[in-house]
Amino acid sequence: MSNGGGSYNAQNDSRAGSTGEPDMGTEPTGGFFSADYKKHDDLKQMLDSNKDNLKLEAMKRIVGMVAKGKDASDLFAAVVKNVVSKNIEVKKLVYVYLVRYAEEQQDLALLSIATFQRALKDPNQLIRASALRVLSSIRVPVIVPIMMLALKDSVVDMSPYVRKTAAHAIPKLYSLDPEQKDQLIQVIEKLLADKTTLVVGSAVMAFEELCPDRVDLIHKNYRKLCNLLVDVEEWGQVVIINMLTRYARTQFLDPNQQDVVADDDKNFYGDEDEKDSEEEEEDEEKEKTPPKKPYMMDPDHRLLLRNTKPLLQSRNAAVVMAVAQLYHHIAPKSEVGLVAKALVRLLRSHREIQHVVLSNVATLTTIRKGMFEPYLKSFFVRPSDPIHVRTLKLEILTNLATETSISTILREFQTYVTSSDKDFVAATIQAIGRCASSISEVTETCLNGLVGLLSNRNEYVVAESVVVIKKLLQMQPDSHSEIIQHMAKLADTITVPMARASILWMVGEYSDRVPKIAPDLLRKMAKNFINEEDIVKLQILNLAAKLCITNPKQTKLLCQYVLNLAKYDQNYDIRDRARFIRQLVSPAGEKGALGKHAKKIFLASKPAPVLDSSFKDRDQWQLGSLSHMINQRASGYSPLPDFPATAPDPTVRNVEVPMPWAEKTHKKKAGKPKKEAFYSDEEEESESESDSEESSSSSSESGSESESEDDSKSESGSDKEEKKSDEEAESSSSSSSESESSSESDSDSDSESEPDTKPQKKTPPPKSKSSAKPKKEAKQEVSLLDLEDIDMSSTSAPVPTPASALDVLSPSLASDLQGLSINDKKDTAISVTTPMFVSTTSHELLHRMTGEGLAANYRFTRGTCIYSTSMVPVELTFTNHTDSPVSNIRIGEKKLQAGMTLQEFPEIPTLPGGGSMSVSIGIDFKDTIQPANFQICTQDRKYNVSIKPPVGELLQAVTMSEADFTAQQSKLTGMNENSGKASIPSQHNNSKTITSRISELANVAPVFSSQDGLYRFAGKTVSGGTLLLVTVKVGEDNSASITVNCEKMAICSMLVKEVKQKLSQA
Amino acid sequence: MIHSLFMINSAGDIFMEKHWKSVISRSVCDYFFEEQQKANSPEDVNPVISTPHHYLIHIYRENIYFVAVCTTEVPPLFVIEFLHRVVDTFTDYFGDGGETAIKDNYVIVYELLEEMLDNGFPLATESNILKELIKPPNILRTVVNTVTGSSNLADTLPTGQLSNVPWRRAGVKYTNNEAYFDVIEEIDAIIDKQGSTVFADIQGVIDCCVKLSGMPDLTLSFMNPRILDDVSFHPCVRFKRWESERVLSFVPPDGNFRLISYHVGSQNMVAIPVYVKPNISFREGGGRFDVTVGPKQTMGKLVESVVITCAMPKVVLNMNLTPTQGTYTFDPVAKVLTWDVGKINPQKLPNLRGNISLQSGSPPPESNPAISVQFKIQQMAVSGLKVNRLDMYGEKYKPFKGVKYLTKAGNFQVRT
Repeated sequence: MSNGGGSYNAQNDSRAGSTGEPDMGTEPTGGFFSADYKKHDDLKQMLDSNKDNLKLEAMKRIVGMVAKGKDASDLFAAVVKNVVSKNIEVKKLVYVYLVRYAEEQQDLALLSIATFQRALKDPNQLIRASALRVLSSIRVPVIVPIMMLALKDSVVDMSPYVRKTAAHAIPKLYSLDPEQKDQLIQVIEKLLADKTTLVVGSAVMAFEELCPDRVDLIHKNYRKLCNLLVDVEEWGQVVIINMLTRYARTQFLDPNQQDVVADDDKNFYGDEDEKDSEEEEEDEEKEKTPPKKPYMMDPDHRLLLRNTKPLLQSRNAAVVMAVAQLYHHIAPKSEVGLVAKALVRLLRSHREIQHVVLSNVATLTTIRKGMFEPYLKSFFVRPSDPIHVRTLKLEILTNLATETSISTILREFQTYVTSSDKDFVAATIQAIGRCASSISEVTETCLNGLVGLLSNRNEYVVAESVVVIKKLLQMQPDSHSEIIQHMAKLADTITVPMARASILWMVGEYSDRVPKIAPDLLRKMAKNFINEEDIVKLQILNLAAKLCITNPKQTKLLCQYVLNLAKYDQNYDIRDRARFIRQLVSPAGEKGALGKHAKKIFLASKPAPVLDSSFKDRDQWQLGSLSHMINQRASGYSPLPDFPATAPDPTVRNVEVPMPWAEKTHKKKAGKPKKEAFYSDEEEESESESDSEESSSSSSESGSESESEDDSKSESGSDKEEKKSDEEAESSSSSSSESESSSESDSDSDSESEPDTKPQKKTPPPKSKSSAKPKKEAKQEVSLLDLEDIDMSSTSAPVPTPASALDVLSPSLASDLQGLSINDKKDTAISVTTPMFVSTTSHELLHRMTGEGLAANYRFTRGTCIYSTSMVPVELTFTNHTDSPVSNIRIGEKKLQAGMTLQEFPEIPTLPGGGSMSVSIGIDFKDTIQPANFQICTQDRKYNVSIKPPVGELLQAVTMSEADFTAQQSKLTGMNENSGKASIPSQHNNSKTITSRISELANVAPVFSSQDGLYRFAGKTVSGGTLLLVTVKVGEDNSASITVNCEKMAICSMLVKEVKQKLSQA
Repeated sequence: MIHSLFMINSAGDIFMEKHWKSVISRSVCDYFFEEQQKANSPEDVNPVISTPHHYLIHIYRENIYFVAVCTTEVPPLFVIEFLHRVVDTFTDYFGDGGETAIKDNYVIVYELLEEMLDNGFPLATESNILKELIKPPNILRTVVNTVTGSSNLADTLPTGQLSNVPWRRAGVKYTNNEAYFDVIEEIDAIIDKQGSTVFADIQGVIDCCVKLSGMPDLTLSFMNPRILDDVSFHPCVRFKRWESERVLSFVPPDGNFRLISYHVGSQNMVAIPVYVKPNISFREGGGRFDVTVGPKQTMGKLVESVVITCAMPKVVLNMNLTPTQGTYTFDPVAKVLTWDVGKINPQKLPNLRGNISLQSGSPPPESNPAISVQFKIQQMAVSGLKVNRLDMYGEKYKPFKGVKYLTKAGNFQVRT
């Protein structure tokens, strides 16, 4: 530490000594020319010496100058010589210097090029990388061809680090010579196909800078990018997510479109038919889509959403924000809510992050109010917040205000009003005004509060209140003449012009309500007219004109007087206004044509101002972008495209059988053409070397990948064991981990890869759609240029992959395919949602008398079971009523019905006397209401207990659109339908009670219904996943007909019975 | 992406600049200075400033403005997060990220900046990797360097970039293998005049100091993982394991790092460990000040390092107080009262009372100032989070393990 400090001081000393004048601080060049030369002379001497430590010392001082922004360019010649230095430290500092000054001394810089070219062949990857980095950074146009060559070499380098550096070099080269774009795009295409997580982030970054509109390059890599995303370094994640957001906007259909259509009106069914006919052409090509579905989320769309979700847990705020904007822009409405929690978490972070996040949240709250409502209190202002954070929080609180939360918010605002920060108080008052105008129930309260503020000692507060009250009164002026009177009196004392103007306007507008005060006010104002601010003068003129029309007897003369004063005002606006008003109100000659309409002109009823959020218009920008932040278009911003009306061909994302990143096949087959292209023989060897290294490193990677794929399956028991073994294998010896994971993935990929590739080969690209066609053509052109790719696919694609060839499929591919397979099976339009209602009452499992002091209760939590998706989560609470601890509480023998499974909780070692503890278990009831019998064991006792599930708890709430609901319902008729009648007590015959009662009874979610008196709910059975639909139709005479549709008839009939009971409850 | 970086100290000197693309004149900072002058306090400067040709995004830390210059559209959080990472790295290297440390180590700083960004895009930001590329300074090495004339650059080039665990360097060796975990929870709260809680929240982090040889694979499990509501992870944590089993499984980086930070669900009631009974009143020319602090729900633990600060209104001239315990100071310029209480003895509650003198002639303030409280409670995690066990796979030796709990006040504010 002191070494660095020493030399730093030494530099200053020597300067001060040699120049004989004080340090100039930040000046770029300090001192005289001669002195400069003198000073640099000693540095030159040091650089010329053959001692490394002298050179190093000199370089350090030079870097110090560069760092301070001082000019060191005249040392260029002396420094550049040292680029050949053997000392790696000197070399590094020379690089730093070169990058800074090469642009200015291009000729001299050329001297160093040979060194870099040599270094590019160095066996050490870091030297190769840094050589490429410096070479591409020195911005000398002459060497563009050399750079291009070096770049092309590095792209196929065995080291991912070098390839990453190459990706970084692409935009540099492009900015130096834009004519190279076509060649560079080819390089990018190669890099995008790279499968190492280190490289893809940078490759996408280069893609974004060079050719963000070349969507066709992404198609083939889309699924890979999605699957690798979690493992990419954080900065790469941000870039990839942003790019994929745009990609999704061009390639997938709007997931919320359905809702819009459903909201539209009743001719919705007609729409559906139309769409069907449109899709029929498509259906011929891909039989996958059931023809009845009006909208079905593309599995790739789902893949993206699913793979980005874990990133909300990232420690990097930028990543979280990127995911949030992705969800905001492309996810179905019902799923966007989950980003709220993560965004709120970011508010704990640094001030600057808070600021950016809050401004994005502010925009979100204008569109999606409900999303942040549960986190209302997180937006409460703290005195330590900087002013910009405070105002943003106010904005959000105001946006979030609803009937239910308004009282809390107003109470908070009351505290803020007493703050010592004037600007903040003013903002608070405005916020109160906005709340009052948007929520009619509290308008009165707010108005009273604001009137209370009128007697505040702080004039600023009073003025702000006046302005806000004015706006509020404008909306409902009828009943508030006393407030207007009160404010008219204030005109004597208030000096803030805006407030004065507001008062005058109001008195003029509602002069009929204060007939006595208005003329008097005008009199007072007229006296002081010349001393007023312009804005006040204009309002005095207005008031005069209005009064003159309504009450000419008293005010005609006053009005003349004011107009005369205004005639000679310095401000031409005021003079103009006066002239205009004079013509209207008291024309000199006979009554003018306009004079007749004066009343209409001045006293027309004016629409009340809409107090809107200032963030409303920010919606046009992509969330989280710089343009959104500054609310103007930043250079280089490209707006998000709208979703296409018809989906472009999804098959473009299918990949030929030997995926480019399935490394072994790729290396062997693709290696050859590349060699021919630009490799000398020496490199061939290094290439083969790289193969072995690559495969070993990638196989260790595979461990983690296969693991992730396991988890996504989540099939409980057996799966978990596999996972563990995977993990151990991965950690112990990286190369041997292939065995299990790959064998497992083989079988999967076998079944999946076939259907994937077939449509690609057999069917021609669809011709029906206009948007897809040109893209397809463009793609083919590219591949014609890129002969190797065609070569590769033509040689390898038709190979009927026999069992032996399967060994080469990398696990990453397998996981890739598996991710898809899950998707294909899943009915994407129907998604599981959070339960509407979670019961807090618990049922007794073990009474404390029977349990000898140990009591147990159980409760259905209605969440998703952490053990398995087919299990019903149950929370057990153990309470120890004795004084002595109970130890080793666990589940003993299970006597379950065939097929049922029970996941036990980890043993509780001890439960202290009087203590209680909750654990969760999962039970797969196999969709029956058979009780689960098991034993609870303590150290020395066993108790038989049983859990009998109510039928409603065997369900899981799902959301779907109304159209889906009716479509599914039509499939489930006859035996699968069960109905009954009930009469609802009239005091409960409202939507709220019915909805809440049904969701209390069963874990179902309400489905939007366009018909009055018709309530729909959807759920699915937890274990079997069969759909269950509940319809309640309420008639005129409080009678309700209940229909339940479900394949499980037992559940069906029981549920009908229970719903009947529940609804007819008084 | 990031085009240039300027570091500006509190005096307004640009004491370091670094350009990753072509050079941008430092006159661009004038726009920043303009904004800075408008702001009342250093924190109030808007972090994103738009100028005709450039966009300035800055952070303010350690009394330094780190101003990044961008020329095109870039996610602002990307830049901000990166700048914070830069300062974190400085702090990691030099012990603090302040101006003196940066000036003393300008060569290392410059090399770090060179490695962290390439063409404006982050290259290596993991501290483990950077430390292999550029050795951090320490006293012994400085002495050796002065004698031998070498610098802090690594002699051998690292291979870490190639490992499949990008956050951990290879070939770590320790004679004592140890892993320490600090569970630190902070209570954020707003307490109103009557002493009831307006808003309370627990945020926690687990900071680790792991010094283990080789490539250990650790698994940390909790007794009650369900109380963790919202968690963010270090990249090393396997997310899927957490999702399915609620255990933290990871290959740790070497040295100090933050494993997770979490938020405890708001449905759990937050135990507020201290209460403050303020009694502040103003009248013409003066006022009374009387504050008592006491323990509330501490679960039998001692409340330590209690500090009470109160930003008094501007009209307060001076305060004349007597504490029953600890010391108090009043800064007449910033108008901040700080009372260092120390430990709270439940038998004899600490109290601070006395007179306030106001500027003569000015009206007494209408509102009372808010009081913020700092405290620490050792060996307790207020949420009740408990580490169950730590297992290590992949290595043969037996590490020494330790867990420490600490609860402290985060943004703990009492309205009066």
